Amino acid sequence: MSPTESAPLLTVDQLVVEYPSKKFRAKPFRALTDINISIGRGETLGLVGESGSGKTTLGRAILGLAPVTGGKISFDGKDISHATRRDRRVLSRDLQVVFQDPYTSLNPALEIGDILAEPLGVQGMEPAAAKKRVKELLDQVGLPADAIHRLPREFSGGQRQRVAIARALALSPKLIVCDEPVSALDLSTQARVLDLFLQIQKDTGVSYLFVSHDLDVVRHISHRVAVMYHGEIVEQGPAGVVTTDPDHPYTQRLLLASPVPDPDRQEQRRADRHRLLETQRMQHEQAGALA
Amino acid sequence: MIRFIAKRLGSGLVVLLVVSALTFFLLYMSSGSIARNILGDQATAEQVAMKEHELGLDQPLLTRYFAWVADALSGNLGASWFSSEPVANSLATRIPVTMTMVLAAMILIAICAALIGVIAAVKRGWVDRVVQVGAIVGDSVPGFVIGVILVTILAIQLGLFPATSTISPDSGADAWVYSMSLPVIALLINGVTGGAQQIRSAVIKQLERDYVRTLRSRGIGEREILFKHVLRSAAPAGLTVLSLQLIGMLGGVVIIEQIFALPGMGPLAVAATGQSDLPVVMGVVMYTVVVVIVVNLLVDILNGWLNPKVRVS
Amino acid sequence: MNNSSEEAAATAAAAAPATAIPAGQSGTVVRSTVIRRLFKNPLGIVAMTILLAVSLLAVLAPVLAPFDQNYANIAKTLAAPDSVNILGTDSAGRDVFSRLLYGAQLTLLSALLCAGVAIAIGLPAGLIAGYYAGKFEAASNWVVGILMSLPGLIVLLTIRAAFGPSVWMSMIAFGILISPSYFRLTRTAVQSVRNELYVDAARVSGLSDLSIIARHIFSVVRAPIIIQTAAIAGVAIAIQSGLEFLGLGDPTKSTWGVMLSEGFKNVYLNPTLLFWPALAMALTIGGLVLLGNAIRDALEDGEKIKPRRTKAPVTVPVAGRAAAPAARPSRKSVAAVDPGTEHHLVKVTNLGVGYPQADGSIKKVVDDVSFHVDRGEILGIVGESGSGKSQTAFSILGLLPDNARIVAGSIQFDGSYTVAPGEEHVSQERLSKLRGRRISYIPQEPMSNLDPAFTIGNQLVTPMVRVLGISKAEARKRALKLLTDVGIVSPERTFNAYPHEVSGGMAQRVLIAGAISCEPDLVIADEPTTALDVTVQADVLDLLRELQQRLNIGVILVTHNFGVVADLCDRVAVMQNGRLVEEGSVRDILRNPQEPYTQTLLASMLEGKEPMSMLVSTGQKEPVA
Repeated sequence: MSPTESAPLLTVDQLVVEYPSKKFRAKPFRALTDINISIGRGETLGLVGESGSGKTTLGRAILGLAPVTGGKISFDGKDISHATRRDRRVLSRDLQVVFQDPYTSLNPALEIGDILAEPLGVQGMEPAAAKKRVKELLDQVGLPADAIHRLPREFSGGQRQRVAIARALALSPKLIVCDEPVSALDLSTQARVLDLFLQIQKDTGVSYLFVSHDLDVVRHISHRVAVMYHGEIVEQGPAGVVTTDPDHPYTQRLLLASPVPDPDRQEQRRADRHRLLETQRMQHEQAGALA
Repeated sequence: MIRFIAKRLGSGLVVLLVVSALTFFLLYMSSGSIARNILGDQATAEQVAMKEHELGLDQPLLTRYFAWVADALSGNLGASWFSSEPVANSLATRIPVTMTMVLAAMILIAICAALIGVIAAVKRGWVDRVVQVGAIVGDSVPGFVIGVILVTILAIQLGLFPATSTISPDSGADAWVYSMSLPVIALLINGVTGGAQQIRSAVIKQLERDYVRTLRSRGIGEREILFKHVLRSAAPAGLTVLSLQLIGMLGGVVIIEQIFALPGMGPLAVAATGQSDLPVVMGVVMYTVVVVIVVNLLVDILNGWLNPKVRVS
Repeated sequence: MNNSSEEAAATAAAAAPATAIPAGQSGTVVRSTVIRRLFKNPLGIVAMTILLAVSLLAVLAPVLAPFDQNYANIAKTLAAPDSVNILGTDSAGRDVFSRLLYGAQLTLLSALLCAGVAIAIGLPAGLIAGYYAGKFEAASNWVVGILMSLPGLIVLLTIRAAFGPSVWMSMIAFGILISPSYFRLTRTAVQSVRNELYVDAARVSGLSDLSIIARHIFSVVRAPIIIQTAAIAGVAIAIQSGLEFLGLGDPTKSTWGVMLSEGFKNVYLNPTLLFWPALAMALTIGGLVLLGNAIRDALEDGEKIKPRRTKAPVTVPVAGRAAAPAARPSRKSVAAVDPGTEHHLVKVTNLGVGYPQADGSIKKVVDDVSFHVDRGEILGIVGESGSGKSQTAFSILGLLPDNARIVAGSIQFDGSYTVAPGEEHVSQERLSKLRGRRISYIPQEPMSNLDPAFTIGNQLVTPMVRVLGISKAEARKRALKLLTDVGIVSPERTFNAYPHEVSGGMAQRVLIAGAISCEPDLVIADEPTTALDVTVQADVLDLLRELQQRLNIGVILVTHNFGVVADLCDRVAVMQNGRLVEEGSVRDILRNPQEPYTQTLLASMLEGKEPMSMLVSTGQKEPVA
């Protein structure tokens, strides 16, 4: 488990993403500013931040679903910042995705078998071979083989997320962008799906970009963690350090805001949080007085 | 708000211009033998040429359109090719008849559809089922067939109402009410079921919103929730439904007037169409478009007033 | 002439796109094809029979009709039915039956032409506008706006004046005019799908736009298009007949409109001439309308989840309860609560809540749940989705959906029953006196729980005026004080703001202010921090704790988060599948859970776990539904 010995698999360099404004002549909305991250082979980078921080946009930019207006994204040595649909078709063998919502990430009208065969068909695989691969995939994610002919609505949230993971695994990719893949799941389901992610990484050596708002989830699954705030990365480093002893004031607030499941330890954490907020407020005032 | 109205008014004028141009070119471009139509088959080539010159048909289409616009701006919509009566005059005597009927029917539809729709949404049960079935039946029978049935049963068989009318602008109010009740009923029946059904679904949609439950939890009474909150939020949808009904009715009323022989826009439009009396057809289209634009403007203003997002910004 | 029904059809069909309803864990989905369901629906069969019959008669008109449509026997006008003219003759001595058949032919063909033209224009335009948006959409919206504001009949009169009496010309024109209904239907359906994650997933897989449209998007619009076509064909028949009724149709063709007009002219002589064309028209259009409705019902049925019958203990027959009406106390005299329990603020005893199903059984969502809350105490109800925790909370508030039934047990508040043993519904009469006054509610989603049409101030003031009977000025003063109390920095500005002008965290503070505005004894908070960011959640939890201690109110906190429970609660009740699994003090439950389910839940918590370790030791198969 020491991934980054060779060149990183994914490098994001000075990335800027801007959405054109709906209003005429208005300034475009800047979703991401000067993002620098890299992910090694077999490594998981956790990306944590609150709603609107840009963490999802970063994942989408890497997948070609958000407009790259500046900077560079390199994958496996190639610049993919402005990859065409044809480039993406080749790229999709190595770069895949699992989305947050297991209810809308599967087409309700298609059978599970067809959903899983879609990425295989795009790559020109024969139907018979594809069918065999689909069976392997179902087994790999712990779903029964008879799932092939069933529709997404016949499955629970956790099972659907397994289907989505199987779809991402279909072409044996090198990197999977996971956009809040466990946020919509119940606690016990979340635990089982996290186990699955870890098992797959152990078996296949795949890398993850794991986006989540939950510091506990990110701490559990990541080798390294990057913290996003207002479209920027404010802190990144080894998971153990960033999620237990952070440097940045925002990460410190985030850490102490997450409640722990024990009344006495939570009371302690609450007190720590109030002390932190007070200290940060005073620092802020001093900085304001100096300026 | 004033800027909002000005903007809508401006876009209304653009629509008016576009539709007038389209209609003008459509009417005059394809009617190659307009003069021959008027004079009949026996006319000589010279007579036809003279008639064309007289009507200005020998000039380029674009020139004629600009001339028409210039005239229209000064209130002159040309004259009928057959009766020579100025189009503006014909419209002026007939619009009151048609609009009285349309407005009366519209007000009745708005009241009845809103009442039935809200009751069906709130009470559900049998009222709701009656509205559902009524909407299917209403959709199945074209409006003019309803008119024909009403005349046959109520006027001809039972003699409760006049089958045809003899009103003129000078007739007394009682004559108008007597003549118009049956056509208005026909228009009402045609519009009310569909309107009620759509108002019903708009109200149900609002009743299922989260904030309604929260208002209940705050101790606000059902009546206040319904009249102050739900109906207000459902109103834009209801207004849109009614405005579309009104647009549809501008067409439907033509046939109804024909059935009841009312001296409104209907017979004028039908006669002009049959004879290809193009200045009159043009006038009828213009009147319709103006009514539609005014109605849409009113609906936009009301919706803006109802929606704080528009009002505040 | 019937634009309103066009619109009705458009909205009705737009509601139809197949969106899957998330399946609960306690139901199985019955899969059968739409067509099979259509044949099970009696109205669908009637509609299809009518339409099939009319179509057959139209196709076979040249064979079946005894006379040519224009053959006139001047010696036999307005004749009554006999063996030669089975429906009689018209004023020109033409055979009514023959003309009816030929009329069907023309009517159906013109309706098909109209719908075909409308689909050919509206469908591709809607697909492009919905999928690519941008300038094309803006431009087409403008054109649609104009087309939709032109009354159909007036346009057809213009076309008639310009091109003469041609059925085909007028139907092509009407097809263009009505194409916006397909356009809007398609565009709305595509827009709702184009941002779905499965379309994103297809893009990531490198599928071309054309494949995505064909595979993922076209399937969504297919069914609504069929429904729409049924409606449009009906409208086309109506307007075409209207035009002919006015005498503006092709005089050489026999149509239902012309026959109706002919009958109307001779209404004094032979009213039955009116009857046949009117009947033909009503049957055909009615058949189309019914067919559209039946297809829509069939589509919607496909998404309904049938209860699983094997779960016998959970479903109880309705008859069982109805058979024992004697046990139900009369409305006036509500039984006194059990002595010795009056001091509890809320006491829920053996509560069962259920929903009647189509097959007559009742599906229970809350089963045999008992707990109590005292003044100044916070009870947490914890459970995963579908555990029945929110349903339990709403039955205390009396805000269950209309079709919910109390199938067992009782609820008492401050020493008297709100639901007495044996009652099937929560008594709104009793609860409306308590709600807002003594029991209040904090919802989960802050934004959707404020009425967007009223200012925040208005929504705070009105309940105080109604419930406390104070003046508006007094209520306003109190509202501003409340806003300060819940930590809003500029209360005056928030008071005058509309909900869309404040942030989610601020809106949740406003809802909390509303919940405590009338000084209740009990607050029911349904996942009050779930929709908020973690840092905002911590602030809101602080606020709730501070207010609860200051006002000494009882709180029922519904949540799925054990951290939130540890932060606020005195006692915890754990629920699973509608049943109460375990209840006790927060320390006992969190540190030393007795029930395996609670143990599993707590073991799933990530806090304090070794990173990258497996959380669930026993295999990793998901329980199969």
